[in-house]
Amino acid sequence: MTDSAAAPDTALALVGVLPELAAVAWRPRVDEAALERIDRRWTRWTIGQEVPFLLTAAGLPWLSPVLGILSVAALGFAWLIPHLYANRGAGVVAPPRPWGAPPTDRPDEHAERRALGLLADLVGHDARVTLSQTGFVLERGRFGVWLLGPAGALLVRPGARRVQSYCVHATGEPLPRADRIAHLLLALRADEAGFATVANLSFSGARWRVRRCLDTPARDALDAAVALAAR
Amino acid sequence: MSRLIRLDRTGHTELAEWSIDGDGVHRARTAFAAELDHGYFAVATGPDGGAEQVRELPLNAELVVLRRPIAGG
Repeated sequence: MTDSAAAPDTALALVGVLPELAAVAWRPRVDEAALERIDRRWTRWTIGQEVPFLLTAAGLPWLSPVLGILSVAALGFAWLIPHLYANRGAGVVAPPRPWGAPPTDRPDEHAERRALGLLADLVGHDARVTLSQTGFVLERGRFGVWLLGPAGALLVRPGARRVQSYCVHATGEPLPRADRIAHLLLALRADEAGFATVANLSFSGARWRVRRCLDTPARDALDAAVALAAR
Repeated sequence: MSRLIRLDRTGHTELAEWSIDGDGVHRARTAFAAELDHGYFAVATGPDGGAEQVRELPLNAELVVLRRPIAGG
């Protein structure tokens, strides 16, 4: 069950499951224990990648001071590799890149405004303020606070120290940005566990790693999600 | 009045309105079934922020939204 950011205590009891689960029938349905296993696995994976570089950086100068330059390179890799993972995680809420192609098939401005009006009606007051300031929707759920963008979502886990990134989007014809967010919001509210099962996890790790890879609106939305998680 | 709307590239399109006493119910049911046949999924939303996936038109819902499937990736 999820709660509106503005009305965290009044959400309906939810009984349905997402029909999209049929398309990923091989995936076990996500629950809190599964998310915790994912977090632990990503932590072990990150440590496993960091330790060899850090040991190399620490050990080489003992062999010869001239190898210090290689230590610097090893430290660089130790910083770069987790950054690349976090950058991929932040990319789920990044604005779509045009890749040089003209936006010929995009919905018009009127459609964007109409979609934004509906989305604003669907969320509570606090979430509406965040939406108007950042373009993202916040939604509190059982697994944490969700930050929804047009093509993905960040899940701020309880305690707000970790973030999970999910790639997930509405299929079919091109839609206004707010409509794409509305698709994710409705699916999330209807079946949070199903939503997390259908979506593709792209990152799990420290919030600060993801935050520094976000642009300003997404960073502000993440800060608002953290504040909501702390309430 | 309850409303049936479809999320589409125009922002959204209102397909039908009905009232619990029967006004417009047949038209709403017909439109609902047609959109499900076209691959849309239906979500009934409540005034308090809840939502429920539905396969039949819930006559007591204030707003029923038809959406496209979502997918990961």
